[in-house]
Amino acid sequence: MLRFILRRLMLAFVTLAFLLVIVTLIPNIAPGDPARKIAGGTASPERLMQVTESLGLRDSVLTQLQKLATSVFTLDFGDSFSVAAGEPVMSLVWSALGNSAKLVILALIVIVPLSVLGGLVTAYKKDTWIDRTIINVGIAFSAIPDFVAGVFLLAFLAVPVDFFKVQAAAPPGSSPLVQIQHLLLPVIAVLMVYFGYIARVTRAGTITALDSDYARTAFMRGLSIPQVFRKHIARNALQPTVAVLGTQLGYLFGGMVALERVFGYQGVGNLILRAVDRADYPVLRAGVLAVAVIYMLATLSADLLIAYMNPRARQSLGDN
Amino acid sequence: MTVTESHTPEPADLAAAPALAVDGLEMSYVVRGTPRKILRGVTFEVRQGEAYGLVGESGCGKSTTAYAALRYLPSNGVIDAGRVLSGGEELTAMSAIELRKFRAERASMVFQDPVQAVNPVLKIGTQVAEAFQVMGQSKAEARVSALAALERVHIAAPESVMERYPHQLSGGMLQRVVIAMGLACDPTLLVLDEPTTGLDATVEAEVLDLVRELRSELNSAILLIAHNLGVIRTMCDRVGVMYAGRIVEEGTVAEVFDNPSHPYTKGLLNSIPRRGLRKTDSELFSIPGAAPPIGASLPNCTFVDRCPIATDLCRTDVPPIVQRSDGHWTRCHHVDRLDEVPEPEKVTVKYDIGTEQVIGVEGVSKTFRQRGRDVPALVGVNLGFAEGETLGLVGESGSGKSTLAKTMLGVHAPDEGGAITLRGRTMADKATSRIEESVRAISMVFQNPDSALNRAWTVRRILHRSVVKLTGVKGAAADRRVEEIAEGMQLSTRHLDMRPRQLSGGLKQRVAIARAFAGDPEVVVCDEPTSALDVSVQAAILNLLARLQNEERSSYLFISHDIGVVRYLADRIAVMYLGRIMEIGATQTMFEGVNHPYTEALLSAVPSVDGVAENRIPLTGSIPSPANPPPGCVFHTRCHRAIAGLCEVTEPELVELSPGHSIKCHLTVEQLNEPIKADVVATLS
Repeated sequence: MLRFILRRLMLAFVTLAFLLVIVTLIPNIAPGDPARKIAGGTASPERLMQVTESLGLRDSVLTQLQKLATSVFTLDFGDSFSVAAGEPVMSLVWSALGNSAKLVILALIVIVPLSVLGGLVTAYKKDTWIDRTIINVGIAFSAIPDFVAGVFLLAFLAVPVDFFKVQAAAPPGSSPLVQIQHLLLPVIAVLMVYFGYIARVTRAGTITALDSDYARTAFMRGLSIPQVFRKHIARNALQPTVAVLGTQLGYLFGGMVALERVFGYQGVGNLILRAVDRADYPVLRAGVLAVAVIYMLATLSADLLIAYMNPRARQSLGDN
Repeated sequence: MTVTESHTPEPADLAAAPALAVDGLEMSYVVRGTPRKILRGVTFEVRQGEAYGLVGESGCGKSTTAYAALRYLPSNGVIDAGRVLSGGEELTAMSAIELRKFRAERASMVFQDPVQAVNPVLKIGTQVAEAFQVMGQSKAEARVSALAALERVHIAAPESVMERYPHQLSGGMLQRVVIAMGLACDPTLLVLDEPTTGLDATVEAEVLDLVRELRSELNSAILLIAHNLGVIRTMCDRVGVMYAGRIVEEGTVAEVFDNPSHPYTKGLLNSIPRRGLRKTDSELFSIPGAAPPIGASLPNCTFVDRCPIATDLCRTDVPPIVQRSDGHWTRCHHVDRLDEVPEPEKVTVKYDIGTEQVIGVEGVSKTFRQRGRDVPALVGVNLGFAEGETLGLVGESGSGKSTLAKTMLGVHAPDEGGAITLRGRTMADKATSRIEESVRAISMVFQNPDSALNRAWTVRRILHRSVVKLTGVKGAAADRRVEEIAEGMQLSTRHLDMRPRQLSGGLKQRVAIARAFAGDPEVVVCDEPTSALDVSVQAAILNLLARLQNEERSSYLFISHDIGVVRYLADRIAVMYLGRIMEIGATQTMFEGVNHPYTEALLSAVPSVDGVAENRIPLTGSIPSPANPPPGCVFHTRCHRAIAGLCEVTEPELVELSPGHSIKCHLTVEQLNEPIKADVVATLS
């Protein structure tokens, strides 16, 4: 087990190192002159030179890589150029991460129980109208891109109902409850996208578990339906769900760019997008690396959770 | 569901009432809104302390009846009529809570595959203890009870088993665990649904011994479902023969098996090779046609379409129950004409086995590398196949049978020094580098035709491809050849345009055999080709294989765990253990005595349908891991005749006892002939 974790962490380091190289290369190979983009079209040659210098683009790629690696270990990426000129990159990233975390965690709190419950119910009521209704509604919602759903929610909920807020970010200093109130609409939009997906994964796992002889044995032993689900079905049926959640969690952190835009929310996705727009390479580099680290941590924890749930997975992890 | 009959019985009533009474049970499965009849009035009783067997082909309703005995119905199962009672209480009228209490405290069920029947994510101890917790014991009490329960089923080192997970135990051990759980409540009714079907013959024998022993302790009633008639014969007091959702004959096992009184029972019994029948004596009887599908509307005698002695009366009138002797009855109009049921055809033409060796396995070893360790799966195997000869290959799982087959086929390359030869010429190791003639020479029939055939293709396309690939014939000639082969397999042209899922198991296996014969092979490797099939279908396939062999003069490597089938079809038998041939000889010789101790134990483990009480030699423990074979003779750890100081030191050579009969054993013929010490023999009553 320990060996598995070490191996996975090693793998994560290798991936990060690889990513570091790519992130280093971005400004060097991106079309156009990054310095001109930052300094503006009318900037003097001296000014351009100065910006190029401060971007570190006059160094060799190797030196750049080394500097970036140092930044990773010291957690100091210098200052932002254009997104929030002069502010330390890390403070921007931390605040964006905090915002994303609020949204993602709230979304998970809503999505996971609802869709898992949906999956369990549809599996138990397989092929009935309940099953078909829930699954088909789920599929229909999944087909709508999250930002489109967001726009609709804005139009049909936020505009007429005062309770729902147009801005996902609460005014500074708001109480947690008010913050949650502001986040409700984006969470609903994410729920619409993910409910059908996660419910279907859970449903499939549960049907397999319910069809198994051990579930039959449990019923034959005289256990009640809730007991069978709790003791025998859950740990078997939810393994695929956990695996899916692990990979989706990483995506939710960095990938909700459009949704964050719609609700004017300063999450990581939004930050990276702005950094790309304005060629703010230090912010871009730090943001991409942060998302990568979160992605790896999320999948690793999902794997560990599965190992906890399934002794056979535990064994194969120990072997490898 | 009459109110008057669901009264609470008096205690005295309870003791007298049968542990299970199924009364006129009719059931349907609702498929896409249409109810399809599966049970058409099943009536039988299992008395306290009695073991009752149900036999019949798949789809006849055996398992449905077993589940109905505990009122466990699939969500689309509907009881149309009839009642199920246990100890005088009506299960069919119980509330959900009463039913749960009944299942927790008075009834248990053991399923076919023990690996599936235990929860893979929970420790054995937790699962066994749960069976006791359901009955109201505390966690601590339940643990103590669980340990006792595991001891009762003779599991070695029960404390450590409690802490293990299912995947860390063997199939035989798991089935013991499942039985221990089933016995937790001292059930009045124990339902066993094919409890030994997936297990090796030796493990099967152990599990059956255990059930037999526990039966005498428990006094619980047993309902045993099995398609293996030998298991029913040795385990049960009475047996019911089911056909198309009805019991057509019932009586004591001796009466029913020795004096079958329904054409269906006669057909079933004639389709298995009994009393040492060989392919040279007679064909096997195969009941014509196939069992009707679930939900088919059937004439009054459900068997009429497949019955050799049916008359118009059978279509119009429900056959009466005819008493044959005390407690033995049959549902047939024509009991007086049972003699007219045709006997299997005697084989008159004799075909000789060729003398020239066609395919040779010469000094073949196969060592796999696993995590840096050598795992010898085959060790110095020598075999030869003459033209038209069948070599039976037997041994427990893990003995290397399939590895040998795969090495012959060129899936695995043998270790340096070994070779597969075709008429004296060494073939390339891997099938991919073999020349066309060599590839054609060896073909394979798999156990499960479902996964062996491409489900998206029609039968014609499947056969066509093999013909083109293997013989190079193209176009109209290939089409003709496909039809020829199909005809030889008794497949009609109608079948050629169907896809595998539209065919029954027997027909699918015919397609698989047809494909194997497409390239006119020298040797066909048959890996358990009939073990997934019903006995009457098995009979047809065995007949087909025997006939094809005579016509095509091809040889078979016939791998099977069913000794009776091997005895029927094989000319010679090889016994494998841990990758080594322990004994090889002509079938006749092998069954006449002087065997390797391992063969002796294997042969004694077979439950015989003829009911001859035999002394079983238990094979203790499971087969050792090939990664870590015991020193000396690999079998000495489980041998009942091992000589201390010799067998665990030196590995014996394969010595020829008589021409063609060799064994790998230190013991002399005299020593092998000595009767076995009484304490190692499990005596069956």
